[in-house]
Amino acid sequence: MALSGVEIFKLLPKTNCKKCGFPTCLAFAMKLAQGQADLDSCPDVSEEAKRILADASAPPIRTFNLGIGEKAVKIGGETVLFRHDKRFFNPCVFAFNIKDTLSDDELHKVVQKVLDSEIERVGQKLRIDAISIEFASDDSSRYHSVVKLVSQRAPDVPLILNCKDPSVAEPVVKAVAQKKPLLYCATEENAEAMANIAKTNKVPLGVYAQGLSALSSLTERIKAMGVDDLVIDSGARKAKDILELNTQIRRSAIKKNFKPLGYPIINFILRDDPLLEASIAGVAVAKYASIIVLQGIEMWKNLALFTLRQNLYTDPQVPMQVEQKIYKIGEPTAESPLLITTNFSLTYFIVSGEIEGSRVPSWLAVMDCEGLSVLTAWAAGKFTAGKIAQFIKESGIEARLNHKELIIPGMVAILSGALEEKLEGWRITVGPREANGIPTFLKSRAA
Amino acid sequence: MAYVIPKETYTGRVLELEFGKALRTAKVGGENTLPFLSFEGELPNKPVIAYEIQDTLPDDWPDTVKNLYADVSNNPVKWAKYCQDELKAQAIAIRLVSTHPDRENRSPEDAAKTVKEVLSAIDVPLIILGSNHIEKDAPVLVAAAQAASGYNCIIGKAQEGNYKTITAAAMAHNHKLIAMSELDVNLSKQLNILITQMGFDKTRLITDPMCSALGYGLEYTYSVIERIRIAALLQNDTTMQSPILGDVGMYVWKVKETLAPEVDVPLWGSLEDRGIAWEALTATAMLIAGANLLIMRHPKAVETVGKVIEELI
Repeated sequence: MALSGVEIFKLLPKTNCKKCGFPTCLAFAMKLAQGQADLDSCPDVSEEAKRILADASAPPIRTFNLGIGEKAVKIGGETVLFRHDKRFFNPCVFAFNIKDTLSDDELHKVVQKVLDSEIERVGQKLRIDAISIEFASDDSSRYHSVVKLVSQRAPDVPLILNCKDPSVAEPVVKAVAQKKPLLYCATEENAEAMANIAKTNKVPLGVYAQGLSALSSLTERIKAMGVDDLVIDSGARKAKDILELNTQIRRSAIKKNFKPLGYPIINFILRDDPLLEASIAGVAVAKYASIIVLQGIEMWKNLALFTLRQNLYTDPQVPMQVEQKIYKIGEPTAESPLLITTNFSLTYFIVSGEIEGSRVPSWLAVMDCEGLSVLTAWAAGKFTAGKIAQFIKESGIEARLNHKELIIPGMVAILSGALEEKLEGWRITVGPREANGIPTFLKSRAA
Repeated sequence: MAYVIPKETYTGRVLELEFGKALRTAKVGGENTLPFLSFEGELPNKPVIAYEIQDTLPDDWPDTVKNLYADVSNNPVKWAKYCQDELKAQAIAIRLVSTHPDRENRSPEDAAKTVKEVLSAIDVPLIILGSNHIEKDAPVLVAAAQAASGYNCIIGKAQEGNYKTITAAAMAHNHKLIAMSELDVNLSKQLNILITQMGFDKTRLITDPMCSALGYGLEYTYSVIERIRIAALLQNDTTMQSPILGDVGMYVWKVKETLAPEVDVPLWGSLEDRGIAWEALTATAMLIAGANLLIMRHPKAVETVGKVIEELI
């Protein structure tokens, strides 16, 4: 949040020299506050004022990368409390926590699970983004060798070095520093040593303190030591604390421009009951976590959490789209019905879901209408008889069918006449108006 | 720099609503803060989860959840008692799907009879839902409202195309009413206004902004609920202060993720866990957005969401 005009004015030389092009320093300050002038226009401004103003105009939540290369993940950088106000930008990272007490065999298995976790959904590749390695063995050489093993087996996966003992952490961080791991964490007791390791090795640092008052003093202390890329942990573990403290952190950063909490949040969920772990993680996905550490990564749980994250991090202004093509639902044959709809992802999901539910194998032609739903696309002139006819002809579906019948959404029944003209030899059938009528419609035809 | 907790000042409050009768009522709403933020407001009532049952065999439910009720689902009275006695349901929602013209097309009289039988067998509060057929729901819910007279049920859903008849029935028989609109803050507000203009007391109203399953438009429902809550609490919009319903189960248990067996989609993992997680996570998202009352199907999902609620209080 920027400073007010009056606050800026106090930092200016107050000479009214007009060199900036404005009649007074106050007028210039007002323009600066509105973002309509540039501080560089003032030749006499102090370095101190420049620093304060630069700080004030920095984004409210710091943004940086975890890891390097293709699988690096960007965290932080959020600007709103509610996705409908603009959008959420950098999807939270799911990290799998493993302990260095596992045997090498078990380690190989769990690392493989992370590597195999990638799933594609609506054109996005989603995966468990990071591995957190917890120092639990009390044996520093074991920790070192586990980190080495994991980083060899999963060279591209960002790491979280979950170790509060600076003497154990130091050589390990040094060994993998070029991979930009997150060092977790600095506490009130070890802050100096941890900050030194993070600074020397240029890696981001997790900061832990119980409660936001202690946490903000600690981040200030560590920032003063020269570490800028911080991830904060308020100690919240229960759902209520996660929700309340994450909300307070996000509000402080965005509405109050309170720098000591303007960092990405890390939440440890870690529950033995995987269903409960998934649900509590859901709270953290919705409310402001940037890194969510889990103790289990069952495939079904991953799918559910990836989907929730994808849902909440979509841009509310831009409809999600699916690829234009003829989709097979079930195992359709040359006799199976052919239906058409638009490529708004929600339309596609609902229509394909209903067809699936009917258990009648079908062909679903999904036409690119720039992500608009059926009625909107029709009203915008993107789902017209001419365009549909062209799409059907060019799709090559005709060769795969031994019938020429196209089922159109009931909402655009009006197109059937024009379509029969444009798609010569085809019979156009008007389907149900709402997708939930599809199962009955298809089943009654199949009977 | 000293840390000051940034608190919101809320000028509005969600209306409190009680349904059911005698000693077994359920209360929802009443909070004057965004969901679960008790550091800045009061949350007098926990969200309530109702078990969904139907007045006919749940043929369209996937096996994961249908099989659990195999012994009782041929009889709504048995089903309701099972939910109350074995599953310890806080409330039950009976969906009169058999009245749908594409299903058994049963008459409003049949529906009324079922409702009466169920009500006389249980003590927990009852939600009575039509089959979501605009025309048919009107006579069905009129008959059901009459059959349930005196039981202080929730009936619904009143939609733009049928709200007059259903509202009148809820008014005549002293029930609470669900007003449902399709994923639009303004439509929701407008329907609330139309219903209260008929003389229906706004403190008896529940808003259903239309639920969606995880992965199938959940983000729309989520943001609509958040916007309704912000209007109610921060802008004190008195037409948007009803408790909110999340009709979760019916949207969840028909999407591919709750149907496709693991052999078909090996990367998606166990079908049973996946289905339960889908329902639990959809419900959790609804709660975090601001829902006060949920309708769900799978006991394990209900149990998990119950634990989440306990942790959030």
